[in-house]
Amino acid sequence: MMERRLFVLQRLTALALAPLVLVHLGLVLVAVRGGLTAAEILSRTQGSVGWALFYGLFVVVVAIHAPIGVRNVLREWTGLARGAVDWLALGFGLLLLGVGLRAVWAVVG
Amino acid sequence: MSDAASDAANKGGELTVRVWRGAEVGAFATYLVPARANQTVLDVVTEIQRYHAPDLAYRFACRVGVCGSCAMTVNGVPRWTCRTHVSRVAKAGALTVEPLRNLPRIRDLACDMAPFFDKWKAAGGRFEGGATRADLPAAVDPASPKRRAADAGIECINCAVCHAACDVVAWDAEYLGPAALLRAWTLVNDERHLARRATLDRAMGPGGCASCHTQGSCMAHCPVGLSPTEGIAGLKRMSLAAMFLGDR
Amino acid sequence: MRPHRNHRAYWAFLGHRLSGLALALFLPFHFLALGLALEAAALDRFLAWTDLGMVKLAEWGLVVLLALHLFFGLRLLVLELRPWPGGDARLGWIVPGLAAALVIGGVFLIGAF
Ligand code: SF4
Ligand code: SF4
Ligand code: FES
Repeated sequence: MMERRLFVLQRLTALALAPLVLVHLGLVLVAVRGGLTAAEILSRTQGSVGWALFYGLFVVVVAIHAPIGVRNVLREWTGLARGAVDWLALGFGLLLLGVGLRAVWAVVG
Repeated sequence: MSDAASDAANKGGELTVRVWRGAEVGAFATYLVPARANQTVLDVVTEIQRYHAPDLAYRFACRVGVCGSCAMTVNGVPRWTCRTHVSRVAKAGALTVEPLRNLPRIRDLACDMAPFFDKWKAAGGRFEGGATRADLPAAVDPASPKRRAADAGIECINCAVCHAACDVVAWDAEYLGPAALLRAWTLVNDERHLARRATLDRAMGPGGCASCHTQGSCMAHCPVGLSPTEGIAGLKRMSLAAMFLGDR
Repeated sequence: MRPHRNHRAYWAFLGHRLSGLALALFLPFHFLALGLALEAAALDRFLAWTDLGMVKLAEWGLVVLLALHLFFGLRLLVLELRPWPGGDARLGWIVPGLAAALVIGGVFLIGAF
């Protein structure tokens, strides 16, 4: 059951990520023109509920999507035991969630 | 390759054939056999056994691509040796013939097919019918979507070429492999199969369709031109649908 | 490349997996850097550093990897979620996906320099 759930979760998060990544790529391409300063970024983002929601959702979905893929890679390409791989993937997911939400808070808070 | 051997090969007069001898531990032995017009790799292996190495172990039966027993690794690629012409695969008159990958080696070119068929069973690949002699044959509409979906795997002859080609089989001991899952896909689309749910559950369980990464080596190498990737994708769709619409 | 792997779908698998792996490794650092915004001066120092040529190049790589992972991922989603119309026509999406990722990389470079 776990394999099936992870499989489904990875596909669902992929579906959610597709538009999020497209918007993010667009922003990167616009933002990179003319260089960035902290003040510029922050003036655009701070206090914006929209950006908070957008990037908050982005971080949560990525923190689910990436560890599932990393788990597959560790399973198939390293000799690590199954249990160890599961814990590493879980740890990685929590790390992403932690630093990711902190970043969102820093940029929009 | 000795100079004499490569000279002969370049003239097209002789083939230099490296053949795996031994089991898991072993080494390549090199044989020189005459190059002929219209020669299959199986012909070459047979010629080596007749004239050079009478104790060479290998398998074949039908010699026409029907039985699925002659598959070996030829120049690094899994193939039916009986339907592979030397002219199509030899590189500068040289051939390397090994047993299929991803299966235990018994001796020389013969590998143990038991794990392959065990996985076939583990994927729920056994047909369970309910009809008796007294019943008329089931009337299955050839145009129905299910019957057409079953086409993806119906011509499979269990040769294990796809199993040998798939890297996920090599990387993940649990993975059931393309042939077993394609079989499961055929059965879940077979109206007469009574154990549909059981087959589906196994195909979606650990080592099942979720482990496939759509590498497509199975469909690139299946000699029948089947696409296990497509069947497995079908199982994945069912798996997703079952999550949301409830298990059907 | 071992001969049995040398076909387009396998290259797409490798591209998808390696780009995903690289992005996963990079993400924690990306987040940490943005976290610096809590302290605007630190972020400015960081952004000054990212103005260097080498760092720009690394960023370009990440943009291309992200775009590649996106397009190859879309291909996989379509392959897995939609019935296949005829044969393996969708193999044909690999090269356009790669091309689109490179176009996005090009736009980034034009903007960055
Ligand atoms: S799917 Fe093709 S390669 Fe695989 S066992 Fe069947 S016939 Fe052989
Ligand atoms: S498509 Fe799936 S089953 Fe076929 S070779 Fe690739 S990973 Fe293996
Ligand atoms: S000998 Fe039967 S398929 Fe090759």
